[in-house]
Amino acid sequence: MAASSSTSPPQGLIRQLARRPSVVIALVFFVTIVGACFALPVLGVTDVGGMSVRNRLSPPGVNGYMLGADAFGRDLMGRLLLAGQVSLGIGLGVSILSSILGVAIGLLAGFYKRLDTPLSRLIDALMAFPDILLALSLVAIFGGTMINVILALSIVYTPRIARIVRASTLVIRELPYVEAARALGTRTPSIMWTHVLRNIASPILVQATFIFAYAMLAEAGLSFLGVGIDPQTPTWGIMVNEGRQYIDNAFFLILFPGFVIALAVLSLQIVGDGLRDALDPRLAKET
Amino acid sequence: MRRYLIKRLIGMIVVIFLVLSIAFVLVRLAPGDPASLMLGPDATPGEVQDLRVRLGLDRSIIVQYATFLGNALRGDLGTSLFFDQPVTQVLAARAEPSIFLALMSLAVALLIAAPIGIWAAYRRGSLGDQMSVSTAMLAASVPSFLTGLIFQRVLATDLGWFPVSGYGGPGAGFWDRMGYLILPAITLGITNSALILRFTRASMLDILGEDYVRTARAKGMSEARVVLRHALKNAGIPIITVIGLTFALLVSGAVVTERVFNLPGMGNLVVNAVLRRDYPVIQGTLIVVAALYVLVNLVTDLLYLVVDKRVKY
Repeated sequence: MAASSSTSPPQGLIRQLARRPSVVIALVFFVTIVGACFALPVLGVTDVGGMSVRNRLSPPGVNGYMLGADAFGRDLMGRLLLAGQVSLGIGLGVSILSSILGVAIGLLAGFYKRLDTPLSRLIDALMAFPDILLALSLVAIFGGTMINVILALSIVYTPRIARIVRASTLVIRELPYVEAARALGTRTPSIMWTHVLRNIASPILVQATFIFAYAMLAEAGLSFLGVGIDPQTPTWGIMVNEGRQYIDNAFFLILFPGFVIALAVLSLQIVGDGLRDALDPRLAKET
Repeated sequence: MRRYLIKRLIGMIVVIFLVLSIAFVLVRLAPGDPASLMLGPDATPGEVQDLRVRLGLDRSIIVQYATFLGNALRGDLGTSLFFDQPVTQVLAARAEPSIFLALMSLAVALLIAAPIGIWAAYRRGSLGDQMSVSTAMLAASVPSFLTGLIFQRVLATDLGWFPVSGYGGPGAGFWDRMGYLILPAITLGITNSALILRFTRASMLDILGEDYVRTARAKGMSEARVVLRHALKNAGIPIITVIGLTFALLVSGAVVTERVFNLPGMGNLVVNAVLRRDYPVIQGTLIVVAALYVLVNLVTDLLYLVVDKRVKY
């Protein structure tokens, strides 16, 4: 991790986090979900899509289906894990891409006075669009592929990172050590990298964790609305949407994927909160 | 003060201009010719050409942009391809459920979050505090469609306490229609109460640490009076802030909630517009909602002046 190594070394961070039972539990849950979803191919389980008309809508625990079977007789557990790969992948992709874009925009706005006003107004304008609304318009225009959903949601969440980076950059660039570096002839890109970015890595990491969670919720929302990625590829949101048709006799089809979304998002938010408290004690009060 | 107002208004105009530009660019970015895309694969070349002329696509992009801006400023957001009606008219016809859903769910959210947030701050660190903070986090993590579907199934279908879905049909009176909004408003209100709760709690914690609260206590004032007279009065500002902040959250949630409960609102309209590739409606909804967001945030900023005499711009 690139956080200022003198104040919060990774070891110290881990110890800080380990002191909070809620964070540890949340981490365990999240790692379990990720592990289960991505262990599937490793374990050689590939036939999760196997259909069985006879067993369609089997309730949980019946006919050997731990979580039941869907309308095509496919094992719900297997599908949940398969869909998890996509849902988690989208969340991770969005949090990485929006961090990169947000850092770039925020640094430029914070460092170059001439770019500040136009970029800041652009950020304001983008933030005026509610996330799902902007995302679904983008997906409608570019088409519902996994890459497009990641791109659309990254555009939606980039302003959040850009704002934080810009605000921190404005403060840090006036600090004596940056002035000293400049007086020594260090070039701006190098100042940005070594002095600014390293010092704002923690708030970016915290925000990226939250964006991971929001992006998963937003993707689920898009898929639920039927405007997310192509329903051939299952995501947790698509599973809920598919389950709606059988809401009266197979409520578990909605309940399980919905529950997994909530669990993944909740644990990410708790981890994000824990990271924030551990990395910046001044912010701890604002939970 | 006047300088601030002028600065703020100019900023707002710039942002609205950018919002319009983004909305314009977005639809132009769609791969392929917008006219043939809108008409679908079955359209004849003649039909495509007609639509191109109707949309002004045969003119240069600068002219199109200028026309678009000019029309938008005059309140003309184009014509819906599906309804063949002005977009503003289409939106206005679906505004009622959306507006009342937003207002009612905001009321629900405030009713849940404000008292709990204040209480949690007052009992900081207690089991109750921790539980309310965790519950708020849980509420923000459950997708609103899941809450909606569970409520719909249990409270409406099984127990019959609320209508299951819809908006009462064509002949329904105003109060009938509002009855259809209660369960959606509770659903959306619970999701949105999380942010308000955390915000109220945080600002209440700040206020409880202020000198005047300590002074009031030192004077021997009863705890109830300290909290209600001094602290609560000053919690107005954060509550106003959060209303501005939750607006975007509310709209996003409303899109999903309207879909769950099949309400004929703007959210349902825009999802259908996406499914039908009705770009003018998508564009119009984006513009109207973003403009509303900018306006709401301007109003909340100005309300600070009224609520807190210390704030000077």
